[in-house]
Amino acid sequence: MENYRYYLKRYIDTQDESALYQAEQLSKLYIQNKISPEEIINKHIQALKDLFPHLPKEIDLSMNFLLETMISYGLAYQEHQSMRKQQLSLRSEMELAANMQQTLLLTETPNIKGLDIGAVSVPAKQLNGDYYHFSTDKNGRFGVAIADVIGKGMPAALAMSMIKYSVDSFSDHHPKPSSLLEKLNRVVENNVEPGMFITMLYGLYNPITEKFMYATAGHEPGFFYDATKNEFTEIEGRGLVLGVSDDTTYQEYELALQDGDIIFLLTDGVTECRIGDRFIERQEVLEVIKHYMHLPAQTLVEKVYKHFERLQEFQLRDDFTLIMIRKQV
Amino acid sequence: MMNFQSCVDIKKEWDIVGARQLGRERAKAIGFGTVDQARIATAISELARNIYLYAGSGVICFETIDEIDRKGICIIAEDNGPGIHDISKVMEDGFSTSGGLGAGLPGVKRLMDQFDIVSDQEQGTKIRTVKWVPQRRF
Ligand SMILES: Nc1ncnc2c1ncn2[C@@H]1O[C@H](COP(=O)(O)OP(=O)(O)OP(=O)(O)O)[C@@H](O)[C@H]1O
Ligand SMILES: [Mg+2]
Repeated sequence: MENYRYYLKRYIDTQDESALYQAEQLSKLYIQNKISPEEIINKHIQALKDLFPHLPKEIDLSMNFLLETMISYGLAYQEHQSMRKQQLSLRSEMELAANMQQTLLLTETPNIKGLDIGAVSVPAKQLNGDYYHFSTDKNGRFGVAIADVIGKGMPAALAMSMIKYSVDSFSDHHPKPSSLLEKLNRVVENNVEPGMFITMLYGLYNPITEKFMYATAGHEPGFFYDATKNEFTEIEGRGLVLGVSDDTTYQEYELALQDGDIIFLLTDGVTECRIGDRFIERQEVLEVIKHYMHLPAQTLVEKVYKHFERLQEFQLRDDFTLIMIRKQV
Repeated sequence: MMNFQSCVDIKKEWDIVGARQLGRERAKAIGFGTVDQARIATAISELARNIYLYAGSGVICFETIDEIDRKGICIIAEDNGPGIHDISKVMEDGFSTSGGLGAGLPGVKRLMDQFDIVSDQEQGTKIRTVKWVPQRRF
Protein backbone atom coordinates (compact mmCIF):
# COMPACT_ATOMS: atom_id res chain seq x y z
CA MET A 1 0.00 0.00 0.00
CA GLU A 2 2.70 2.46 1.06
CA ASN A 3 4.67 1.52 -2.02
CA TYR A 4 1.76 2.03 -4.33
CA ARG A 5 1.06 5.48 -2.95
CA TYR A 6 4.73 6.38 -3.00
CA TYR A 7 5.30 5.48 -6.64
CA LEU A 8 1.99 6.96 -7.69
CA LYS A 9 2.99 10.26 -6.15
CA ARG A 10 6.42 10.09 -7.73
CA TYR A 11 4.92 9.48 -11.10
CA ILE A 12 2.43 12.32 -10.75
CA ASP A 13 5.19 14.67 -9.63
CA THR A 14 7.89 13.72 -12.11
CA GLN A 15 6.36 11.49 -14.82
CA ASP A 16 9.50 9.53 -14.32
CA GLU A 17 9.85 6.25 -16.27
CA SER A 18 11.43 4.58 -13.26
CA ALA A 19 8.20 5.05 -11.32
CA LEU A 20 6.38 3.26 -14.11
CA TYR A 21 8.95 0.50 -13.98
CA GLN A 22 8.18 0.16 -10.27
CA ALA A 23 4.50 -0.07 -11.15
CA GLU A 24 5.32 -3.02 -13.38
CA GLN A 25 7.21 -4.69 -10.54
CA LEU A 26 4.30 -4.07 -8.19
CA SER A 27 1.87 -5.59 -10.64
CA LYS A 28 3.92 -8.79 -10.71
CA LEU A 29 4.06 -8.84 -6.95
CA TYR A 30 0.29 -8.47 -6.77
CA ILE A 31 -0.22 -11.39 -9.12
CA GLN A 32 2.14 -13.48 -7.03
CA ASN A 33 0.23 -12.60 -3.90
CA LYS A 34 -3.09 -13.28 -5.62
CA ILE A 35 -4.30 -9.72 -5.23
CA SER A 36 -7.38 -9.30 -7.41
CA PRO A 37 -7.92 -6.38 -9.81
CA GLU A 38 -10.67 -4.86 -7.67
CA GLU A 39 -8.30 -4.75 -4.73
CA ILE A 40 -5.73 -2.91 -6.82
CA ILE A 41 -8.34 -0.38 -7.87
CA ASN A 42 -9.20 0.00 -4.22
CA LYS A 43 -5.54 0.63 -3.37
CA HIS A 44 -5.58 3.29 -6.04
CA ILE A 45 -8.68 4.95 -4.61
CA GLN A 46 -7.19 4.98 -1.11
CA ALA A 47 -3.89 6.36 -2.34
CA LEU A 48 -5.63 9.08 -4.32
CA LYS A 49 -7.70 10.09 -1.31
CA ASP A 50 -4.59 10.21 0.86
CA LEU A 51 -2.66 12.29 -1.64
CA PHE A 52 -5.46 14.58 -2.73
CA PRO A 53 -7.99 14.94 0.05
CA HIS A 54 -10.06 17.37 -2.01
CA LEU A 55 -10.57 15.19 -5.02
CA PRO A 56 -13.64 16.12 -7.07
CA LYS A 57 -16.60 13.94 -6.17
CA GLU A 58 -16.97 12.85 -9.81
CA ILE A 59 -13.52 11.23 -9.80
CA ASP A 60 -14.29 9.51 -6.55
CA LEU A 61 -17.54 8.10 -7.89
CA SER A 62 -16.02 7.10 -11.19
CA MET A 63 -13.47 5.08 -9.26
CA ASN A 64 -16.25 3.15 -7.55
CA PHE A 65 -17.72 2.47 -10.95
CA LEU A 66 -14.39 1.14 -12.20
CA LEU A 67 -14.02 -1.05 -9.13
CA GLU A 68 -17.42 -2.60 -9.77
CA THR A 69 -16.51 -3.44 -13.35
CA MET A 70 -13.36 -5.22 -12.16
CA ILE A 71 -15.13 -7.74 -9.92
CA SER A 72 -15.84 -10.18 -12.75
CA TYR A 73 -12.30 -9.92 -14.03
CA GLY A 74 -11.12 -10.94 -10.60
CA LEU A 75 -13.41 -13.95 -10.64
CA ALA A 76 -12.47 -14.97 -14.15
CA TYR A 77 -8.83 -14.77 -13.16
CA GLN A 78 -9.32 -16.97 -10.13
CA GLU A 79 -11.27 -19.49 -12.19
CA HIS A 80 -8.50 -19.49 -14.73
CA GLN A 81 -5.92 -20.22 -12.03
CA SER A 82 -7.87 -23.11 -10.65
CA MET A 83 -8.44 -24.60 -14.09
CA ARG A 84 -4.77 -24.35 -14.82
CA LYS A 85 -4.04 -26.41 -11.76
CA GLN A 86 -6.57 -28.98 -12.92
CA GLN A 87 -5.01 -29.07 -16.35
CA LEU A 88 -1.59 -29.79 -14.92
CA SER A 89 -2.89 -32.67 -12.88
CA LEU A 90 -4.78 -34.03 -15.91
CA ARG A 91 -1.65 -33.87 -17.97
CA SER A 92 0.38 -35.87 -15.50
CA GLU A 93 -2.45 -38.38 -15.27
CA MET A 94 -2.33 -38.70 -19.06
CA GLU A 95 1.39 -39.28 -18.91
CA LEU A 96 0.92 -42.08 -16.41
CA ALA A 97 -1.74 -43.61 -18.62
CA ALA A 98 0.52 -43.37 -21.66
CA ASN A 99 3.39 -45.05 -19.81
CA MET A 100 1.14 -47.78 -18.60
CA GLN A 101 -0.20 -48.31 -22.11
CA GLN A 102 3.29 -48.62 -23.46
CA THR A 103 4.15 -51.28 -20.93
CA LEU A 104 0.89 -53.04 -21.63
CA LEU A 105 1.25 -53.08 -25.38
CA LEU A 106 4.93 -53.86 -25.42
CA THR A 107 5.75 -56.65 -27.84
CA GLU A 108 9.12 -58.05 -28.70
CA THR A 109 10.08 -58.78 -32.25
CA PRO A 110 10.76 -62.52 -32.23
CA ASN A 111 13.58 -64.30 -34.02
CA ILE A 112 11.95 -66.52 -36.59
CA LYS A 113 14.09 -68.69 -38.79
CA GLY A 114 13.83 -67.48 -42.37
CA LEU A 115 12.16 -64.15 -41.50
CA ASP A 116 13.48 -60.62 -41.13
CA ILE A 117 10.94 -58.60 -39.14
CA GLY A 118 10.68 -54.90 -38.36
CA ALA A 119 8.02 -52.72 -36.74
CA VAL A 120 7.36 -49.11 -35.69
CA SER A 121 4.27 -47.77 -33.98
CA VAL A 122 4.14 -44.13 -32.94
CA PRO A 123 1.12 -42.39 -31.41
CA ALA A 124 0.11 -38.97 -32.74
CA LYS A 125 -0.90 -37.83 -29.27
CA GLN A 126 0.16 -39.36 -25.98
CA LEU A 127 -2.01 -42.44 -26.25
CA ASN A 128 -1.83 -44.87 -29.13
CA GLY A 129 -4.99 -45.99 -30.93
CA ASP A 130 -2.95 -48.38 -33.07
CA TYR A 131 -1.85 -51.74 -31.86
CA TYR A 132 0.38 -54.50 -33.10
CA HIS A 133 1.45 -57.68 -31.50
CA PHE A 134 3.80 -60.56 -32.35
CA SER A 135 3.56 -64.06 -30.98
CA THR A 136 5.03 -67.50 -31.54
CA ASP A 137 3.73 -70.95 -30.65
CA LYS A 138 5.44 -74.20 -29.83
CA ASN A 139 5.17 -75.38 -33.42
CA GLY A 140 7.27 -72.42 -34.40
CA ARG A 141 4.43 -70.56 -36.06
CA PHE A 142 4.61 -66.80 -36.01
CA GLY A 143 1.50 -64.70 -35.35
CA VAL A 144 1.10 -61.03 -36.15
CA ALA A 145 -1.80 -58.75 -35.23
CA ILE A 146 -2.25 -55.18 -36.37
CA ALA A 147 -5.27 -53.09 -35.41
CA ASP A 148 -6.54 -49.54 -35.53
CA VAL A 149 -9.31 -48.14 -33.35
CA ILE A 150 -11.39 -45.62 -35.24
CA GLY A 151 -11.19 -42.81 -32.75
CA LYS A 152 -8.38 -41.37 -30.72
CA GLY A 153 -7.18 -40.68 -27.25
CA MET A 154 -8.38 -42.26 -24.06
CA PRO A 155 -11.38 -44.27 -25.39
CA ALA A 156 -9.28 -45.71 -28.21
CA ALA A 157 -6.52 -46.62 -25.76
CA LEU A 158 -8.95 -48.36 -23.43
CA ALA A 159 -10.42 -50.35 -26.34
CA MET A 160 -6.89 -51.25 -27.37
CA SER A 161 -6.13 -52.85 -24.02
CA MET A 162 -9.20 -55.00 -24.40
CA ILE A 163 -8.06 -56.14 -27.85
CA LYS A 164 -4.64 -56.94 -26.51
CA TYR A 165 -5.91 -59.21 -23.77
CA SER A 166 -8.38 -60.95 -26.03
CA VAL A 167 -5.75 -61.63 -28.68
CA ASP A 168 -3.37 -62.87 -25.99
CA SER A 169 -5.86 -65.35 -24.66
CA PHE A 170 -7.18 -66.51 -28.04
CA SER A 171 -3.87 -66.79 -29.84
CA ASP A 172 -2.60 -69.15 -27.14
CA HIS A 173 -4.73 -71.79 -28.79
CA HIS A 174 -3.67 -70.53 -32.20
CA PRO A 175 -6.87 -70.98 -34.09
CA LYS A 176 -7.03 -69.99 -37.71
CA PRO A 177 -6.81 -66.21 -38.27
CA SER A 178 -10.44 -66.11 -39.45
CA SER A 179 -11.76 -67.79 -36.33
CA LEU A 180 -9.64 -65.55 -34.11
CA LEU A 181 -11.22 -62.49 -35.75
CA GLU A 182 -14.68 -64.01 -35.34
CA LYS A 183 -14.11 -64.52 -31.62
CA LEU A 184 -12.61 -61.07 -31.24
CA ASN A 185 -15.50 -59.51 -33.13
CA ARG A 186 -17.93 -60.90 -30.56
CA VAL A 187 -15.85 -59.48 -27.70
CA VAL A 188 -15.77 -56.07 -29.34
CA GLU A 189 -19.46 -56.16 -30.23
CA ASN A 190 -20.37 -57.00 -26.62
CA ASN A 191 -18.04 -54.59 -24.88
CA VAL A 192 -17.61 -51.51 -26.96
CA GLU A 193 -20.25 -48.87 -27.40
CA PRO A 194 -21.83 -48.60 -30.83
CA GLY A 195 -20.05 -46.07 -32.95
CA MET A 196 -16.61 -47.29 -32.01
CA PHE A 197 -15.05 -49.55 -34.59
CA ILE A 198 -11.84 -51.45 -34.80
CA THR A 199 -10.12 -52.61 -37.96
CA MET A 200 -7.69 -55.46 -37.71
CA LEU A 201 -5.61 -57.91 -39.65
CA TYR A 202 -4.40 -61.13 -38.13
CA GLY A 203 -1.83 -63.32 -39.82
CA LEU A 204 -0.08 -66.58 -39.06
CA TYR A 205 3.12 -67.70 -40.75
CA ASN A 206 4.09 -71.34 -40.81
CA PRO A 207 7.85 -71.73 -41.46
CA ILE A 208 7.37 -75.33 -42.54
CA THR A 209 4.82 -74.67 -45.31
CA GLU A 210 6.23 -71.15 -45.83
CA LYS A 211 2.69 -69.87 -46.05
CA PHE A 212 1.21 -66.75 -44.52
CA MET A 213 -2.47 -67.25 -43.62
CA TYR A 214 -4.46 -64.18 -42.75
CA ALA A 215 -7.88 -62.65 -42.34
CA THR A 216 -8.85 -59.01 -42.24
CA ALA A 217 -11.60 -57.02 -40.58
CA GLY A 218 -11.81 -53.96 -42.80
CA HIS A 219 -8.18 -53.14 -42.19
CA GLU A 220 -6.16 -50.84 -44.43
CA PRO A 221 -4.66 -53.17 -47.08
CA GLY A 222 -0.93 -53.66 -46.85
CA PHE A 223 1.55 -54.31 -49.65
CA PHE A 224 3.03 -57.54 -50.91
CA TYR A 225 6.37 -57.47 -52.67
CA ASP A 226 6.91 -60.32 -55.08
CA ALA A 227 10.70 -60.70 -55.39
CA THR A 228 10.70 -62.87 -58.50
CA LYS A 229 8.54 -60.41 -60.43
CA ASN A 230 10.04 -57.39 -58.62
CA GLU A 231 6.50 -56.10 -58.22
CA PHE A 232 4.30 -54.66 -55.49
CA THR A 233 0.66 -55.58 -55.15
CA GLU A 234 -1.99 -54.72 -52.61
CA ILE A 235 -2.62 -57.43 -50.06
CA GLU A 236 -6.15 -58.49 -50.89
CA GLY A 237 -8.80 -59.30 -48.35
CA ARG A 238 -12.33 -58.39 -47.38
CA GLY A 239 -14.11 -58.43 -44.07
CA LEU A 240 -16.37 -56.27 -41.93
CA VAL A 241 -14.74 -54.10 -39.26
CA LEU A 242 -14.92 -55.48 -35.70
CA GLY A 243 -17.87 -54.52 -33.58
CA VAL A 244 -20.60 -54.06 -36.18
CA SER A 245 -22.54 -57.29 -35.99
CA ASP A 246 -21.86 -60.23 -33.73
CA ASP A 247 -22.31 -63.00 -36.30
CA THR A 248 -19.82 -61.72 -38.84
CA THR A 249 -17.71 -64.40 -40.50
CA TYR A 250 -14.27 -63.82 -41.95
CA GLN A 251 -12.64 -65.31 -44.99
CA GLU A 252 -9.22 -66.89 -44.82
CA TYR A 253 -6.53 -65.79 -47.28
CA GLU A 254 -3.11 -67.20 -48.01
CA LEU A 255 0.19 -65.99 -49.40
CA ALA A 256 3.01 -68.35 -50.32
CA LEU A 257 6.31 -66.67 -49.52
CA GLN A 258 9.43 -67.10 -51.66
CA ASP A 259 12.84 -65.85 -50.68
CA GLY A 260 12.98 -62.08 -50.85
CA ASP A 261 9.20 -61.63 -50.74
CA ILE A 262 8.00 -59.01 -48.30
CA ILE A 263 4.73 -58.33 -46.49
CA PHE A 264 4.06 -54.76 -45.39
CA LEU A 265 1.27 -54.23 -42.88
CA LEU A 266 0.24 -50.74 -41.91
CA THR A 267 -2.45 -48.48 -40.50
CA ASP A 268 -4.09 -45.53 -42.22
CA GLY A 269 -1.79 -43.21 -40.29
CA VAL A 270 0.81 -44.23 -42.90
CA THR A 271 -1.27 -44.07 -46.05
CA GLU A 272 -3.40 -41.11 -45.03
CA CYS A 273 -0.55 -39.07 -43.77
CA ARG A 274 -1.35 -35.48 -44.54
CA ILE A 275 1.09 -32.92 -45.80
CA GLY A 276 -0.33 -29.45 -45.53
CA ASP A 277 -3.82 -29.75 -47.03
CA ARG A 278 -3.02 -32.77 -49.12
CA PHE A 279 -3.27 -36.46 -48.32
CA ILE A 280 -0.42 -38.46 -49.74
CA GLU A 281 -1.13 -41.23 -52.22
CA ARG A 282 -0.52 -44.86 -51.38
CA GLN A 283 1.81 -44.79 -54.35
CA GLU A 284 4.03 -42.28 -52.54
CA VAL A 285 4.37 -44.65 -49.59
CA LEU A 286 5.57 -47.31 -52.00
CA GLU A 287 8.11 -44.96 -53.53
CA VAL A 288 9.60 -44.27 -50.12
CA ILE A 289 9.65 -47.97 -49.25
CA LYS A 290 11.36 -48.82 -52.53
CA HIS A 291 14.00 -46.26 -51.80
CA TYR A 292 15.04 -48.14 -48.65
CA MET A 293 14.48 -51.71 -49.91
CA HIS A 294 18.11 -52.73 -49.51
CA LEU A 295 18.05 -52.16 -45.75
CA PRO A 296 17.31 -54.63 -42.96
CA ALA A 297 13.63 -54.70 -41.93
CA GLN A 298 13.86 -52.74 -38.68
CA THR A 299 16.05 -50.05 -40.23
CA LEU A 300 13.74 -49.79 -43.23
CA VAL A 301 10.55 -49.21 -41.24
CA GLU A 302 12.29 -46.65 -39.06
CA LYS A 303 13.60 -44.80 -42.11
CA VAL A 304 10.12 -44.74 -43.65
CA TYR A 305 8.70 -43.41 -40.40
CA LYS A 306 11.38 -40.71 -40.16
CA HIS A 307 10.66 -39.71 -43.73
CA PHE A 308 6.94 -39.11 -43.09
CA GLU A 309 7.54 -37.60 -39.69
CA ARG A 310 9.67 -34.97 -41.34
CA LEU A 311 7.22 -34.43 -44.20
CA GLN A 312 4.53 -33.73 -41.62
CA GLU A 313 6.79 -31.24 -39.89
CA PHE A 314 7.21 -33.51 -36.87
CA GLN A 315 3.56 -33.36 -35.94
CA LEU A 316 1.80 -36.63 -36.70
CA ARG A 317 -1.88 -36.22 -37.54
CA ASP A 318 -2.65 -39.86 -36.84
CA ASP A 319 -1.09 -42.83 -35.09
CA PHE A 320 1.50 -44.43 -37.38
CA THR A 321 2.19 -48.16 -37.48
CA LEU A 322 4.24 -50.00 -40.07
CA ILE A 323 5.30 -53.65 -39.95
CA MET A 324 7.52 -55.45 -42.41
CA ILE A 325 8.06 -59.18 -42.74
CA ARG A 326 10.69 -60.31 -45.24
CA LYS A 327 11.23 -63.91 -46.21
CA GLN A 328 14.93 -64.66 -46.42
CA VAL A 329 17.13 -67.67 -46.72
CA MET B 1 -27.21 -13.94 17.15
CA MET B 2 -29.23 -13.35 13.97
CA ASN B 3 -30.66 -10.00 13.28
CA PHE B 4 -33.78 -8.96 11.41
CA GLN B 5 -34.40 -10.34 7.98
CA SER B 6 -35.32 -8.34 4.92
CA CYS B 7 -36.32 -9.87 1.63
CA VAL B 8 -36.74 -8.99 -2.02
CA ASP B 9 -39.04 -10.92 -4.33
CA ILE B 10 -37.44 -11.90 -7.61
CA LYS B 11 -40.01 -12.08 -10.38
CA LYS B 12 -38.66 -9.97 -13.18
CA GLU B 13 -35.17 -9.12 -14.29
CA TRP B 14 -35.46 -5.66 -12.81
CA ASP B 15 -35.83 -7.14 -9.31
CA ILE B 16 -32.19 -8.21 -9.50
CA VAL B 17 -31.22 -4.55 -9.23
CA GLY B 18 -33.49 -4.10 -6.21
CA ALA B 19 -31.86 -7.06 -4.49
CA ARG B 20 -28.37 -5.71 -5.19
CA GLN B 21 -29.34 -2.32 -3.85
CA LEU B 22 -30.78 -3.67 -0.63
CA GLY B 23 -27.87 -6.05 -0.15
CA ARG B 24 -25.34 -3.30 -0.66
CA GLU B 25 -27.04 -1.03 1.83
CA ARG B 26 -27.13 -3.80 4.42
CA ALA B 27 -23.47 -4.63 3.76
CA LYS B 28 -22.46 -1.01 4.16
CA ALA B 29 -24.41 -0.67 7.40
CA ILE B 30 -22.73 -3.78 8.78
CA GLY B 31 -19.32 -2.25 8.06
CA PHE B 32 -18.07 -3.79 4.81
CA GLY B 33 -15.65 -1.74 2.72
CA THR B 34 -16.24 -0.73 -0.90
CA VAL B 35 -14.56 -3.79 -2.40
CA ASP B 36 -16.55 -6.21 -0.30
CA GLN B 37 -19.75 -4.32 -1.00
CA ALA B 38 -19.11 -4.76 -4.70
CA ARG B 39 -18.39 -8.46 -4.20
CA ILE B 40 -21.53 -8.98 -2.20
CA ALA B 41 -23.57 -7.16 -4.84
CA THR B 42 -22.09 -9.41 -7.54
CA ALA B 43 -22.91 -12.54 -5.53
CA ILE B 44 -26.48 -11.31 -5.15
CA SER B 45 -26.73 -10.71 -8.89
CA GLU B 46 -25.64 -14.25 -9.67
CA LEU B 47 -28.09 -15.79 -7.21
CA ALA B 48 -30.97 -13.55 -8.28
CA ARG B 49 -30.32 -14.11 -11.96
CA ASN B 50 -30.36 -17.86 -11.46
CA ILE B 51 -33.73 -17.59 -9.72
CA TYR B 52 -35.06 -15.43 -12.52
CA LEU B 53 -33.67 -17.65 -15.28
CA TYR B 54 -34.16 -21.16 -13.95
CA ALA B 55 -36.89 -21.03 -11.29
CA GLY B 56 -38.99 -18.18 -12.68
CA SER B 57 -39.50 -16.62 -9.29
CA GLY B 58 -38.22 -16.73 -5.74
CA VAL B 59 -36.90 -14.57 -2.99
CA ILE B 60 -33.56 -13.20 -1.77
CA CYS B 61 -33.27 -12.45 1.94
CA PHE B 62 -30.57 -10.77 3.99
CA GLU B 63 -29.69 -11.24 7.61
CA THR B 64 -27.16 -9.42 9.69
CA ILE B 65 -25.07 -11.74 11.78
CA ASP B 66 -23.81 -10.10 14.92
CA GLU B 67 -21.67 -12.35 17.07
CA ILE B 68 -19.44 -11.39 19.98
CA ASP B 69 -16.25 -11.49 17.96
CA ARG B 70 -17.46 -11.04 14.40
CA LYS B 71 -20.07 -9.53 12.16
CA GLY B 72 -21.29 -10.62 8.80
CA ILE B 73 -24.02 -10.76 6.23
CA CYS B 74 -26.01 -13.84 5.33
CA ILE B 75 -27.73 -14.04 1.94
CA ILE B 76 -30.46 -16.61 1.45
CA ALA B 77 -31.75 -17.31 -2.06
CA GLU B 78 -34.83 -19.48 -2.14
CA ASP B 79 -37.13 -20.69 -4.89
CA ASN B 80 -39.60 -23.47 -5.71
CA GLY B 81 -38.18 -24.10 -9.13
CA PRO B 82 -37.02 -27.36 -10.71
CA GLY B 83 -34.00 -27.74 -8.41
CA ILE B 84 -30.38 -28.33 -9.36
CA HIS B 85 -29.89 -31.92 -10.37
CA ASP B 86 -26.15 -32.43 -10.00
CA ILE B 87 -24.81 -29.87 -7.54
CA SER B 88 -21.21 -31.16 -7.61
CA LYS B 89 -21.12 -30.73 -11.36
CA VAL B 90 -22.51 -27.21 -11.18
CA MET B 91 -19.84 -26.28 -8.64
CA GLU B 92 -17.03 -27.32 -10.99
CA ASP B 93 -15.09 -24.50 -12.55
CA GLY B 94 -15.86 -23.99 -16.19
CA PHE B 95 -19.26 -25.68 -16.05
CA SER B 96 -21.52 -22.62 -16.09
CA THR B 97 -23.12 -21.76 -19.43
CA SER B 98 -21.21 -18.52 -19.57
CA GLY B 99 -18.04 -20.67 -19.33
CA GLY B 100 -14.83 -18.81 -18.60
CA LEU B 101 -16.45 -15.73 -17.10
CA GLY B 102 -15.69 -17.18 -13.71
CA ALA B 103 -19.11 -16.18 -12.48
CA GLY B 104 -22.01 -18.50 -11.70
CA LEU B 105 -22.27 -20.46 -8.47
CA PRO B 106 -18.52 -21.23 -8.14
CA GLY B 107 -18.01 -17.47 -8.43
CA VAL B 108 -20.48 -16.83 -5.62
CA LYS B 109 -18.59 -19.31 -3.49
CA ARG B 110 -15.35 -17.45 -4.16
CA LEU B 111 -16.85 -14.05 -3.44
CA MET B 112 -18.27 -15.16 -0.11
CA ASP B 113 -16.83 -16.98 2.91
CA GLN B 114 -19.41 -19.70 3.48
CA PHE B 115 -21.65 -21.34 0.95
CA ASP B 116 -24.27 -24.07 1.12
CA ILE B 117 -26.89 -25.43 -1.28
CA VAL B 118 -29.89 -27.60 -0.56
CA SER B 119 -31.83 -28.51 -3.66
CA ASP B 120 -34.29 -31.09 -4.89
CA GLN B 121 -36.93 -31.45 -7.54
CA GLU B 122 -39.91 -31.16 -5.16
CA GLN B 123 -38.77 -28.28 -3.02
CA GLY B 124 -36.66 -26.20 -5.30
CA THR B 125 -33.39 -24.62 -4.33
CA LYS B 126 -32.15 -22.91 -1.18
CA ILE B 127 -28.72 -21.33 -1.17
CA ARG B 128 -27.30 -19.83 1.99
CA THR B 129 -24.08 -17.88 1.86
CA VAL B 130 -22.23 -15.77 4.41
CA LYS B 131 -19.51 -13.16 4.27
CA TRP B 132 -17.69 -11.89 7.34
CA VAL B 133 -16.46 -8.38 7.87
CA PRO B 134 -12.66 -8.64 7.80
CA GLN B 135 -11.29 -8.34 11.32
CA ARG B 136 -9.39 -5.13 11.81
CA ARG B 137 -6.03 -5.52 13.39
CA PHE B 138 -5.17 -2.57 15.57
N1 LIG C 1 -32.13 -21.61 -8.70
C1 LIG C 1 -31.91 -22.57 -9.60
N2 LIG C 1 -32.88 -23.45 -9.93
C2 LIG C 1 -32.66 -24.42 -10.85
N3 LIG C 1 -31.47 -24.61 -11.47
C3 LIG C 1 -30.46 -23.77 -11.19
C4 LIG C 1 -30.61 -22.72 -10.24
N4 LIG C 1 -29.43 -22.08 -10.14
C5 LIG C 1 -28.59 -22.68 -10.99
N5 LIG C 1 -29.21 -23.71 -11.62
C6 LIG C 1 -28.61 -24.63 -12.58
O1 LIG C 1 -27.21 -24.67 -12.34
C7 LIG C 1 -26.48 -24.32 -13.50
C8 LIG C 1 -25.25 -23.54 -13.13
O2 LIG C 1 -25.57 -22.28 -12.61
P1 LIG C 1 -24.49 -21.14 -12.62
O3 LIG C 1 -25.12 -19.88 -12.10
O4 LIG C 1 -23.28 -21.65 -11.92
O5 LIG C 1 -24.09 -20.99 -14.14
P2 LIG C 1 -25.03 -20.48 -15.33
O6 LIG C 1 -26.24 -19.79 -14.80
O7 LIG C 1 -25.25 -21.65 -16.23
O8 LIG C 1 -24.09 -19.44 -16.09
P3 LIG C 1 -23.68 -18.00 -15.56
O9 LIG C 1 -24.28 -17.81 -14.23
O10 LIG C 1 -22.18 -18.01 -15.52
O11 LIG C 1 -24.22 -17.08 -16.59
C9 LIG C 1 -27.46 -23.54 -14.36
O12 LIG C 1 -27.15 -23.67 -15.73
C10 LIG C 1 -28.79 -24.19 -14.01
O13 LIG C 1 -28.99 -25.34 -14.80
MG1 LIG D 1 -26.03 -18.26 -13.30
